[in-house]
Amino acid sequence: MKNNWPLWEVFVRSKNGLEHRHFGSLHAADAEMALENARDVYTRRNEGVSIWVVASKNITASNPENNGELFEPAQDKVYRHPTFYSLPDEVKHM
Amino acid sequence: MSEKEIKNSEAEATRSLEEIFEQRIARDEKIEPKDWMPEKYRKTHIRQISQHAHSEIVGMLPEGNWITRAPSLRRKVALLAKVQDEAGHGLYLYSACETLGISRNELYEQLHSGKAKYSSIFNYPTITWADMGAIGWLVDGAAIINQVPLCSTSYGPYARAMVRVCKEESFHQRQGFEIMMKLAKGSPEQKEMAQDALNRWWWPSLMMLGPTDAESVHTEQSMKWKLKRKTNDELRQQFIDQTVPQADLIGLTIPDPDLKWNEETGHYDFGEIDWEEFWQVVKGHGPCNKERLSARVNAWEEGEWVRDAAMAYAKKQEDKKLKKAI
Amino acid sequence: MKNENIIQYIYGIADNALILGQRLSELCGHGPSLETDIALTNMALDLLGQTRSYYQYAAQLSEDGKTEDDIAFLRIERQYKNVLLVEQPNRHFGYVITRQFFYDVFHLLLLQELQNSKDETLSAIAKKAIKEVSYHQRFSSDWVKRLGDGTEESHQKVQDAVDGLWGFTDELFHMTEDDTLAFESGIGVDVTKLKETYYKRVSEVLEEATLTIPETKWFQKGGKQGIHSEHMGYLLSDLQYMQRTYPNMKW
Repeated sequence: MKNNWPLWEVFVRSKNGLEHRHFGSLHAADAEMALENARDVYTRRNEGVSIWVVASKNITASNPENNGELFEPAQDKVYRHPTFYSLPDEVKHM
Repeated sequence: MSEKEIKNSEAEATRSLEEIFEQRIARDEKIEPKDWMPEKYRKTHIRQISQHAHSEIVGMLPEGNWITRAPSLRRKVALLAKVQDEAGHGLYLYSACETLGISRNELYEQLHSGKAKYSSIFNYPTITWADMGAIGWLVDGAAIINQVPLCSTSYGPYARAMVRVCKEESFHQRQGFEIMMKLAKGSPEQKEMAQDALNRWWWPSLMMLGPTDAESVHTEQSMKWKLKRKTNDELRQQFIDQTVPQADLIGLTIPDPDLKWNEETGHYDFGEIDWEEFWQVVKGHGPCNKERLSARVNAWEEGEWVRDAAMAYAKKQEDKKLKKAI
Repeated sequence: MKNENIIQYIYGIADNALILGQRLSELCGHGPSLETDIALTNMALDLLGQTRSYYQYAAQLSEDGKTEDDIAFLRIERQYKNVLLVEQPNRHFGYVITRQFFYDVFHLLLLQELQNSKDETLSAIAKKAIKEVSYHQRFSSDWVKRLGDGTEESHQKVQDAVDGLWGFTDELFHMTEDDTLAFESGIGVDVTKLKETYYKRVSEVLEEATLTIPETKWFQKGGKQGIHSEHMGYLLSDLQYMQRTYPNMKW
């Protein structure tokens, strides 16, 4: 049998208060093993306090070919940013 | 449109995609896995990243050879942690490579069949404890020179893997140099052991930075894609310039009678490298090529029943869960 | 209790960590997958780290200028007090995991008691090690289940290992004179009391792994008295090679 261990994506929270961040990937036969492997591979230097693993095949990703329609329309919505609004310097705490 | 016209327009489209692609890289933009990329870019990256990954895991073997015989507990844990890091680095790099649409298994097959290359330096034997020092100091030293620039290479997953690798590697070279320093300042036997290791590892370390620019086939393209930031010869010079004073500091002699400081160039001049030896080892005739490869093949083949068991178990557990749900 | 007895008591615990750590470190670079390779090495590093803490303490107690390395590398075989189980060779991954599992379950029970030791240093070492060893036990139990309830081949292989290593488990619960002295003075653990829980835990995992619990009543012993198996000499010749070949040097 040549049944290869599937690929998992590993997300690690480095300390409480921070989000889980993508650290990399690894192979494991099941979720439990993926978690253990992630602990052994990605937190050898005390890098984390919490780990998520997700089977790579379960990730749905946007296609870069659609980046134009997906992301460019947001570029000119300058009114979403605070700098769009001019206020006199005397106004504090805003 | 005729068939020919269709072909032409496709070629046209690819060309412009390629132009856009090259411009992105020139602007220092990163390329990510799902982005369009020329086939050659993909192939070159698979080749280089996997070669790099293979070097990490084959590189575990010469040092692994001394873990059980390390002379003190402190040295033993440091060496063990270092060799383990190399497994980690191999893993990061294989993962980066897998984003290019090739599996780790396929990459292993390429290694095991001899199709893929790894750094030739690991085909030299480690015959004394001092070799642990020499490898850390020289081989990791040369590797760092090669690797640091790759942290800003154009392919995102590779660059990110390299950032992690470089961060973790920082203790490796220090570990090696400390071993050498201790030996060089130790008993006459220890000093001799250190000098002997330097004698044997110096030239292979210089070769490790690759053939001379005149002979190097990939340099120009690799420069453009930021797989390389400096030429092999420049890297070699940098390595020599930084290593010679370190050897002086601990009282060891670089085994090169032609080595001398050149006031004019501000660099060390050095002797002729035996490229014939280099190519011989690359082609599989080094002292340990066969041992290294067979150690990897054995680990993989003997591990097959273990990997299969884990998959079978996972499937059974999954089925059980499904049954419960019904 | 005399320092010499405490030192001997420490050897009885620490030598297991050293020898098992040494066995695991032989595997570095040869694991069945990169991930597993890294995991096994992590356990080796934990065990060697514990070894150092124990030996450093023993060296301090010995008051004769000994170092952790003198203790680790320069005793003769008879002076190593590890159980026979941990010196058994890495025949295949099934053996590696079973040996680990058989030791981890004991190790954790031992440390959970040792943390209550009147000796503050031993208690502190135990407290730190409990976290490491809890993970070891989790790792090795999971793998026993995977191999036991995996494929036919893996089932057979791990059953062989269980059969082959079962006879070494009873020795874990033998009390040496130093063990008894240490227990009576509130420093050490009465390991005989751990036996029931041990076999219960081990059996639970083996059953879940669909493995058969051996019925043998014949058990090997001797390690705790320094009488080891034939494997030990080879292990020590690797371990001690540098210190024996180049005596009295700093590394």
